[in-house]
Amino acid sequence: MNHSESSQSLSLEESAGYDRRILNYIQNAAAHGLYEIRGLGAKRRLPHFDDLVFLGSSLSRYPLEGYREKCTTKTILGTRYAKKPIELEMPITIAGMSFGSLSANVKEAIGLAATEAGTSTTTGDGGMTSEERLSSKTLIYQCLPSRYGFNPDDVRKADAIEIVIGQGAKPGGGGMLLGQKVNPRVAEMRTLPEGIDQRSACRHPDWTGPDDLTIKIQELRELTDWEKPIYVKIGASRTFNDVKLAVHAGADVIVVDGMQGGTAATQSVFIEHVGIPTLAAVRLAVEALEELDMKGKVQLIVSGGIRTGADVAKALAMGADAVSIGQAILMALGCNSETYIQNGTHHSAIADYNALGTAPGYCHHCHTGQCPVGVTTQDAMLEKRLEPHVGARRVKNYLQTLNMELTTIARACGKQNVHHLEREDLVALTIEAAAMARLPLAGTNWIPGWQTGSSF
Amino acid sequence: MDSVIFDLSQTSLREVNQFLHHGANGNPIKIINPDGAHNIAVGLHSPITVEIAGHVGYYAAGMNQLANVTIDGNAGTGVAENMMSGRVHVKGFASVSAGASAQGGLLVIDGNASLRCGISLKGGDIVVGGSVGSFSAFMAQAGRIVICGDAGDAIGDSLYEAVIYIRGTAKSLGADAQFEPMSDSDYQTVGELLAKAGFSHDSKDFKRIASAKRLYHWNADANQDY
Ligand SMILES: Cc1cc2nc3c(=O)[nH]c(=O)nc-3n(C[C@H](O)[C@H](O)[C@H](O)COP(=O)(O)O)c2cc1C
Ligand code: SF4
Repeated sequence: MNHSESSQSLSLEESAGYDRRILNYIQNAAAHGLYEIRGLGAKRRLPHFDDLVFLGSSLSRYPLEGYREKCTTKTILGTRYAKKPIELEMPITIAGMSFGSLSANVKEAIGLAATEAGTSTTTGDGGMTSEERLSSKTLIYQCLPSRYGFNPDDVRKADAIEIVIGQGAKPGGGGMLLGQKVNPRVAEMRTLPEGIDQRSACRHPDWTGPDDLTIKIQELRELTDWEKPIYVKIGASRTFNDVKLAVHAGADVIVVDGMQGGTAATQSVFIEHVGIPTLAAVRLAVEALEELDMKGKVQLIVSGGIRTGADVAKALAMGADAVSIGQAILMALGCNSETYIQNGTHHSAIADYNALGTAPGYCHHCHTGQCPVGVTTQDAMLEKRLEPHVGARRVKNYLQTLNMELTTIARACGKQNVHHLEREDLVALTIEAAAMARLPLAGTNWIPGWQTGSSF
Repeated sequence: MDSVIFDLSQTSLREVNQFLHHGANGNPIKIINPDGAHNIAVGLHSPITVEIAGHVGYYAAGMNQLANVTIDGNAGTGVAENMMSGRVHVKGFASVSAGASAQGGLLVIDGNASLRCGISLKGGDIVVGGSVGSFSAFMAQAGRIVICGDAGDAIGDSLYEAVIYIRGTAKSLGADAQFEPMSDSDYQTVGELLAKAGFSHDSKDFKRIASAKRLYHWNADANQDY
């Protein structure tokens, strides 16, 4: 066999276990001796809300007229103990994303959009910026293990407080911000030297178990004279028990963040291999609230991979009171698009994606601080690529679209209030989703793994 | 000036804290029968003087701003946590996480402080008359801790810019913490803090522990290539 013949009959059988992705991983590990850090959420396919469908109405249920009959989306959170619960126009909120990971422009854009849409936004690991307090009518203030910039004046300025125990992208992990993003303002807000690689704590400095958390929650209530709702955010893992403990500790609202949830920077091994999917987490959280007879008394917010109005509707039907969105807000702002808008014109960002070693549609490089579209950056030039008013309009449009899709589905199911969507409206398309969501497989009454009546 | 006296066996904590936040008009306040209650005098934000006659539970004087709080007894977890300014004085012993993440002000503990004293400190000053437990000053970012006695294991683990001064011995240093020579300004700092706290030790007896800064950037060998 001569050379040219052999090259015509290449053997190209790719190994399932050692495919090009894994080969690439092994080669990178061998070259650098260091794990990969990246942004956004899990990239692998997981059982998700896409694997559920609504039944809609026909003879056995009446639908509502699409445009004529009202369907309310009003949402109230924090009714258990707080004197001033949070009242929103829609059950779709914006998740906590730190100033540091996001630029001040982005924080402002998000605040403006949330205010126009009648919903809340949330601070993050890095404290409250004046831009976001000014632009946000309803602002949730996070209390994180790092306590960067945590300040009783800001607690009093906030509309609710969210104690962060974990995130879906990294349950059990702390924050991370690489030196490129620690510019003078970020450094000052976090009391850190400029330019250092910052890893923040994964446990709170002043409490450890659920009994301590009870007292910590009481401290925040005393500080705010019992006015503001206290949320507790947990990364989805042992969700059934964690939700019960958070309720016992006195939370007004529980935020459960599934493994699809985004992050600004985390080890990819953590993003892809720790935590459970949002679909399973919602069900476990709702079961925990029901077992404690707290459904409707303690509100549940679900996050992690919420993208569409259908996702929102399915989360609500499964028992959530609201959802929270991170990554998709960034995408509404232009994350992963080919262009950015500056002074009213579109400019190509493709070369800048390429410089990061990626391309629009594939980027997860938030950790680098070199976001080609100016969203997750602290670079003085790059951050100008996101103009607050342009970003605000896009985020508002996105929220409005989700809310319209949500009411479309609710009306089709005959509900005058999106909070009346119920599990009975849903069926599953796959066996995995049926088992995790504990819903029947479409066209059957089969719920895998659930004959005994045991709770999980 | 006459003291305003609250008896916690008669008055609810909520009423007392509400008064401390909104009703106090400058007269000194005395709280009796605290009986280990949690969250006494949290969130004060005016220059008032509060004396608590007895032991307190968790987070006493938490997030203090401007006020001068004296605890005539022992303090539970997280005394003066996240203090911003003012002064908190524990005349007895303090439990875990004393002064955690404090950004300003002065915390004085006459006795010993337990584990994680000054954890995550962000600019406050802490002076401990006795010894501190393990993992004290863990990830402390800014501020100063003066320890007149000894320290347990892993003092100053993952320190940033905070500085620790210790008179006795440290059972072990935490990751990235190192002893450093005392400069004139260190002696002066220790002297001033001791004076403010009311201790009469000689600043010459103290040693300095600070960050070696080897953890400021990950794995420099790898060219930040992650
Ligand atoms: C850029 C970015 C920064 C984030 N920063 C924080 C943070 O500071 N604190 C926090 O609790 N969660 C943070 N998160 C997680 C979000 O609050 C939320 O849990 C998650 O984004 C929800 O999932 P989704 O991204 O799929 O919508 C961040 C997420 C992103 C994408
Ligand atoms: S485009 Fe920007 S926000 Fe989106 S993944 Fe890339 S770096 Fe992150």
